[in-house]
Amino acid sequence: MVDFQQILDPFLRTLKTGSGFWNPILWGIALILIFLVIYIIRGFGKREYKEGTEQTKPFLSGNPEGDKDKMHVKGSNVYWGFSETLKSIYKVFDKMHTGNVSDYVLWFLIIMGLFFIVLGVI
Amino acid sequence: MNQILDFLVLHSPALVVAIPLLGAFLTVLVSKIGNRVRNIFVIIISALTSIFALLLSYDVFTNGIRIYVFGGSYNPGETMIRILFEIDGINAFMLIIAAILPFVAIIYSWAFMNEQTGLDKYYTLILLITAGMLGMMMTGDMFNFFVFLEITSIASAALIAFWTNKGNAVAAGFKYIVISAIGALFVLLAIALLYGQYDALNMAILANNIQFGLLDKMALVLILAALAMKAGIVPMHMWLPDAYGRAPSSVTVVLIGTTLASLYGVFRVIFTIYGNHIMTSLRTIGEFILTPGLTIGILIIALAVLTIIVGVFMAIKQSDFKRMIAFAAVAEIGYIFLAIGAAFSTFYANPETGAATLTHSGEIALKGGIFHILNDALDVSLLFLVAGAIYFTAKTTSLNKLGGLARNMKYTSVFFLIGLLAVSGLPPMNGFASKLMIYQSTYQVNPILAIVAILCSILLLATFVKVLHSAFLGPKISNLENIKEVPRSMLIAMGIIACLIIFIGLFPNLVVETVVTPAANALKNASQYIAMITGGF
Repeated sequence: MVDFQQILDPFLRTLKTGSGFWNPILWGIALILIFLVIYIIRGFGKREYKEGTEQTKPFLSGNPEGDKDKMHVKGSNVYWGFSETLKSIYKVFDKMHTGNVSDYVLWFLIIMGLFFIVLGVI
Repeated sequence: MNQILDFLVLHSPALVVAIPLLGAFLTVLVSKIGNRVRNIFVIIISALTSIFALLLSYDVFTNGIRIYVFGGSYNPGETMIRILFEIDGINAFMLIIAAILPFVAIIYSWAFMNEQTGLDKYYTLILLITAGMLGMMMTGDMFNFFVFLEITSIASAALIAFWTNKGNAVAAGFKYIVISAIGALFVLLAIALLYGQYDALNMAILANNIQFGLLDKMALVLILAALAMKAGIVPMHMWLPDAYGRAPSSVTVVLIGTTLASLYGVFRVIFTIYGNHIMTSLRTIGEFILTPGLTIGILIIALAVLTIIVGVFMAIKQSDFKRMIAFAAVAEIGYIFLAIGAAFSTFYANPETGAATLTHSGEIALKGGIFHILNDALDVSLLFLVAGAIYFTAKTTSLNKLGGLARNMKYTSVFFLIGLLAVSGLPPMNGFASKLMIYQSTYQVNPILAIVAILCSILLLATFVKVLHSAFLGPKISNLENIKEVPRSMLIAMGIIACLIIFIGLFPNLVVETVVTPAANALKNASQYIAMITGGF
């Protein structure tokens, strides 16, 4: 007789994470229950969506929709505000990343010097 | 049958290195028969290597530390002049990573590199890296470690520059070999310092004899700085985005393994060779009583936080997908070091035994850090394979030139989503479990560390949401309308890693109990590793 409980037990155990725990199986069950509740609530909604009408067209403040290629936000433009706000930090980071191998070696020597100082003191 | 299996397991440490090494040189000859035969041959060699590596890991996890002496036997306590491999929990853990990554990379290469020339050399070099990486992870001898480090470095540099028609790739290969050569020379100098003092190269014997004098400290600094650079710690990480970003994606996956092998070297040196002195000796400066462990722990934490912040901030501004993943990989290395630093700072000398002991939160941090090594290897590898798939079809990884890929590349998009969730540490993927352990344990050391770690994880999510939006979602870009899904071998390779990510994500406790805990125990209790050689056990 195969003891399924013994086989499954190691798979189902909860991970202790110090001051908490994590069990993906329990999390999955909770997620399914939440989706069920959402699905039930959705059932109370009105069916007003009509395909192929004005409802499905993008609304750009009354402006006509442009060419698909041009409307797509490119990678460089995503989070533009984030990069612009943190320009001063990026200036420092960009200055570090020169792409010059001599600078790479210089950083290595600086960190090695730091290690020497720290270990020399202790 | 059992006798044959026992024999193979007995000699598996030698076979794990010998098979890819022999295979590397035979690949050139087999290539003369035909490309298909060569590809099958390389897959078989890689599969055999992985099987033996996994068998060896299983044996170590089941029966404890393995010592394999080349060309003879060894009795504990006798003068050690032979080359030996010593494999404990942390070695066995690293072997699992080294078993997965090259195998997946080789399967992926079947279609990904199909149109390229010089593939006999390509596969030879991949197998050489595999042999070097596995050697680094198993050797019990410092000079051997240097030799294997050199093998991986030289083969890696050649593979980074494999696309010689691209200037950036050649430049990245050149930078890598300069950095690697300098790092390796400092490692060699450190080994010479240790050998000059103790007349030994064996790691366990060195650990047993080390006095932690000035020359020992100099050797420690040289090795730590060199291996931390190879592992990609900020600000010595700059070679990493160049190398990872310019190499073919299949090569990058193997490079991740070599980076983690260097990380293992850091662990072996600070925990095993110097561990006892670092963790238990005391030094008084004025009114302050410091342990080297606490000081090194704080230093590692500071560098780790810097690594996470720089990695994440640089990743989010990139417009090239591969370079973005490379910076994210830097940040992930930072998480591992953060956990290790947190663990280190909680070591204390047990008042009863005098032995170095970890607090409970330190133990969770150590386990979280080790667990994250595996998760990082899988998550970042999957993202690089996805980037390779995009390059294969769209001939670019620039996010400014991509869009709407999910409409034609459904499987690749799903794999990207899995990688995105995993690397950002979202449940139920594997990255969440290890990051949760890191957050909770570093919170005990200092809450600010946990806050920085969580915020940077959110930024990592934002980074890859940018890729999701600009490359996979949106309308079809006119010049990418006719692109197709990638060939089966590439999908299988991505599928293997995705399945592992989901499996570990769903059953994290199983992985922590079976492979992470023995690795953590091996690091925090080095006396067993030392005693197996010195005979005090």
